Amino acid sequence: MVSLCSFISYYWEEEKRMNYFPDEVLEHVFDFVTSSRDRNALSQVCKSWYRIESSSRQKVFIGNCYAISPERVIERFPALKSIALKGKPHFADFNLVPHEWGGFVYPWIEAFARNRVGLEELRLKRMVVSDDSLELLSRSFANFKSLVLVSCEGFTTDGLAAIAANCRCLRELDLQENEVEDHRGHWLSCFHDSHTSLVSLNFACLKGDINLGVLERLVARSPNLRSLRLNRAVPFDTLQKILMQSPNLVDLGVGSYVHDPDSETYDKLVTAIEKCKSVRSLSGFLDVAPHCLPAFHSICPNLTSLNLSYAPGIQGGELTKLIRHCRKLQRLWILDCIGDKGLEVVASTCKDLQELRVFPSDPYIGHAAVTEEGLVAISSGCPKLHSILYFCQQMTNAALITVAKNCPNFIRFRLCILDPTKPDAVTQQPLDEGFGAIVHSCRGLRRLSLTGLLTDQVFLYIGMYAEQLEMLSIAFAGDSDKGMQYVLNGCKRLRKLEIRDSPFGNGALLMDVGKYEAMRSLWMSSCEVTLGGCKTLAKKMPRLNVEIMNENEQTDFIFDDAQKVDKMYLYRTLAGQRKDAPDFVWTL
Amino acid sequence: MEGVVAYENDLNLKATELRLGLPGTERNQEQAVSCARNNKRPLPETGDQNGGAKAKSDAPNTPPAPKAHTVGWPPIRSYRKNSLQQPKQTAAESSVMYVKVSMDGAPYLRKIDLKVYQGYPELLKALENMFKFTIGEYSEREGYKGSEYAPTYEDKDGDWMLVGDVPWEMFMSSCKRLRIMKGSEARGLGCGV
Repeated sequence: MVSLCSFISYYWEEEKRMNYFPDEVLEHVFDFVTSSRDRNALSQVCKSWYRIESSSRQKVFIGNCYAISPERVIERFPALKSIALKGKPHFADFNLVPHEWGGFVYPWIEAFARNRVGLEELRLKRMVVSDDSLELLSRSFANFKSLVLVSCEGFTTDGLAAIAANCRCLRELDLQENEVEDHRGHWLSCFHDSHTSLVSLNFACLKGDINLGVLERLVARSPNLRSLRLNRAVPFDTLQKILMQSPNLVDLGVGSYVHDPDSETYDKLVTAIEKCKSVRSLSGFLDVAPHCLPAFHSICPNLTSLNLSYAPGIQGGELTKLIRHCRKLQRLWILDCIGDKGLEVVASTCKDLQELRVFPSDPYIGHAAVTEEGLVAISSGCPKLHSILYFCQQMTNAALITVAKNCPNFIRFRLCILDPTKPDAVTQQPLDEGFGAIVHSCRGLRRLSLTGLLTDQVFLYIGMYAEQLEMLSIAFAGDSDKGMQYVLNGCKRLRKLEIRDSPFGNGALLMDVGKYEAMRSLWMSSCEVTLGGCKTLAKKMPRLNVEIMNENEQTDFIFDDAQKVDKMYLYRTLAGQRKDAPDFVWTL
Repeated sequence: MEGVVAYENDLNLKATELRLGLPGTERNQEQAVSCARNNKRPLPETGDQNGGAKAKSDAPNTPPAPKAHTVGWPPIRSYRKNSLQQPKQTAAESSVMYVKVSMDGAPYLRKIDLKVYQGYPELLKALENMFKFTIGEYSEREGYKGSEYAPTYEDKDGDWMLVGDVPWEMFMSSCKRLRIMKGSEARGLGCGV
């Protein structure tokens, strides 16, 4: 990016001379620039660069599907082949957004189909995808190659059947954590016998049974298959047969094995796994008998990514035994039943660790098995750590200060104490100083989530030091409007701000209304903002959609400006008020 | 594309702060802000644990205690929550079993955790302490003799049964709520008459 900037600034000065460069040369140069951000930067240099870049860009990223209309995207990027769309606000993941809020992909697919876009790749996150959309998608784009759905809903295995049957060039079908209604279909059988192009198939989130014979035959005729993630329904012996067919797998997600296998099946599995020398990423183990785990020890030394966060059946000892073999691990997702001691094993074994996520194994009871000690151990053992998501029982300022010193390279730091307003476990003080140390030390921090007892002071620190911060998540924190004001004033690069159950009101909301046009979105729920405040904001900023959601359908709500707003979601948009909002969403 | 940010050096924004409500209600407004913090606490036991971290203003109208299970907390995806629900946490294995206890003539009900008690004697003692009365002596033939009161419970069928007739485990699995009956009604249940 540095060289790109100097490249741009050189040509900025030489702009007049740019007219003598043929477009094709510029286009060729631009081909090497692939990230959306860099291409956005290119397009802002001058008019001709804008024109050339826009006409040649193939891959587009839309962070908010309501920020722009599909027609406008198609118009600007005629060479569009690959698009990523995000729908619902992030807090929808935690059931804070009412079910029918929106985020439908159908209008986009319909617009692409109508305008004969040569769509090859579609990546969706938190969107509502109907079977009709999938059906239309499958029939409209002859070269369609890749479908990735993350945290989406609204479709069934019937939609998948349409994709399998009609997308003859399909290389990738990747379903991550979607709510799919499983009609126990034959969707897998819908892949034609002549379909041999599969590279990646992930159906781990499907709950129903599949035809094992069909799966085996599909794998057998897919020589390019590199990524395969199975669901619960795939047993040991099928896995073993599949692995024998695909020794070149790079990414493997295993299903569920509740019963101990007899020794013959086990031995066969061990043999099959030993052949898979290319596997770098392992996941799944949804329901596993611990005795099966050693079968995988032979591939552990090569693993760079391990996801055991859906495996509550693997406890302490077996887990650490497995991890001790994984010296090259860069990414680890686990459950907190690993404990602080287990994290010490990780810290001493996985020196290349870059990303760690520790999830709670028992969210209902509210006891996490890890504390600040585990986090400190990781930080001192893994100097390359840059991303962390850590659900824990408790935290201390001292621990956070130590972590900040050990790991100044954090890009993403998300801490979730299960009791969200818990103070420092030793001193009973707020955790302001601890998080202050994190933002002060980690100059490159782009994403931050905080919990614990927190006053306005922590936000003062964030505003002062978190210069690169782009996304901030706040829950049950702060004392007054000042907290939010410090953040809005200080974090120049802020793009997404989401706040729940914190005492920030109209004073903070209206302090700098122009700021919201420089951001993607703002979410505030159970805060102190009132209807009147939101109305004022909406009036001043016509290019923002200010959406109010009130679930207690009081008709006189509309007339009472002093009423506090349950949920407010605002976002910049060029598309105006959206037409698909349900009754309980009111755009001011 | 960075807009010019209006930077308030002293951050004293009172002058520009939107005031809601009638003039002269400023005091209420401030208290509303400072006690909003209390409002947001999700778990009752954390309400007053931050020893001396900051002085809390005593709001005149303390909001009602927040519910124990907050929506959307902890922040993990429903998909993940549902997957982890597989470990069978059935009611029988859960560590608490709260039932309501009403006493004839008492102004409000109480709740007790049946799992705390090992058997009937402990339970009855606890009830006596809670409501300040004495239960008589139990006999299969005559129920609770020597007292105006009879401890009863509502079972799964909705019938009111005398406490003590069935084995403790069976009682635990069928008891939905308790009621301490008094006077003639009690005598009707207690005696063989």
